[in-house]
Amino acid sequence: MSVGESSTPLGRVRGLGSARAGGEHWLTERVTSIALLLLGTWLIASLLILPKLDVRTIVEWLRAPSAAVPMALLIVIGFKHALDGMKVVVDDYVHEPGNNFALNTLLLFLAVGGGALALFALARIAFGVAG
Amino acid sequence: MLVSILHRVTGAGLSIVGLAVLTWWLTAVAAGPDAYASFAKVVTSPLGLVVLVGLTWAFFQHLLSGIRHLAMDTGAAFDLRINKLFAVMTIAGSLFLTALTWYFLMGVGK
Repeated sequence: MSVGESSTPLGRVRGLGSARAGGEHWLTERVTSIALLLLGTWLIASLLILPKLDVRTIVEWLRAPSAAVPMALLIVIGFKHALDGMKVVVDDYVHEPGNNFALNTLLLFLAVGGGALALFALARIAFGVAG
Repeated sequence: MLVSILHRVTGAGLSIVGLAVLTWWLTAVAAGPDAYASFAKVVTSPLGLVVLVGLTWAFFQHLLSGIRHLAMDTGAAFDLRINKLFAVMTIAGSLFLTALTWYFLMGVGK
């Protein structure tokens, strides 16, 4: 192994650098982006197609599985993609280890908490507790 | 360069403001007509509409520059002229799609 080369032959075969991780973050960001291309376009198209945007129309729309399922996917994949993307931004600009950890942990809590709140609201609508 | 920065800015905006509005919208619908009325009042105010139009533009800009980045991940479009053309097209496309969306939203009198 020459000076400055950090990966072992096995690591190179597995596509890993010396950190031995990180590839899946990069790939997940791209796979979720393709899903959100479809789901985001679906949401905007749906809002345009709905006859009205009052609470009754939206409740009726989200009670059907054809809307509730893509909305649930949009929430989960949207928060995941946002968290992955914000981590890249934080890691690029916040280098001090303590601040980096604190900010990434705050973002993780916000994403998991926000996603849970949105999913719970959707469940209330879809299962007919609300409206 | 500009489009690459726009991708980050719109991504951060969608992550923070976009997901907050989506979550607020769903919780307001779940909480019933009164909560929904106060949500609707805020988002249809002049400032609220600026935010909604901004989010629509951010979504389309991020979507189009995201497609550009996916294409570049395959090694395509690194030729300077084509690269610049695609970058300009993402801006023109996002402005056009935002205008189209709001034309239809307003057009049906919602």
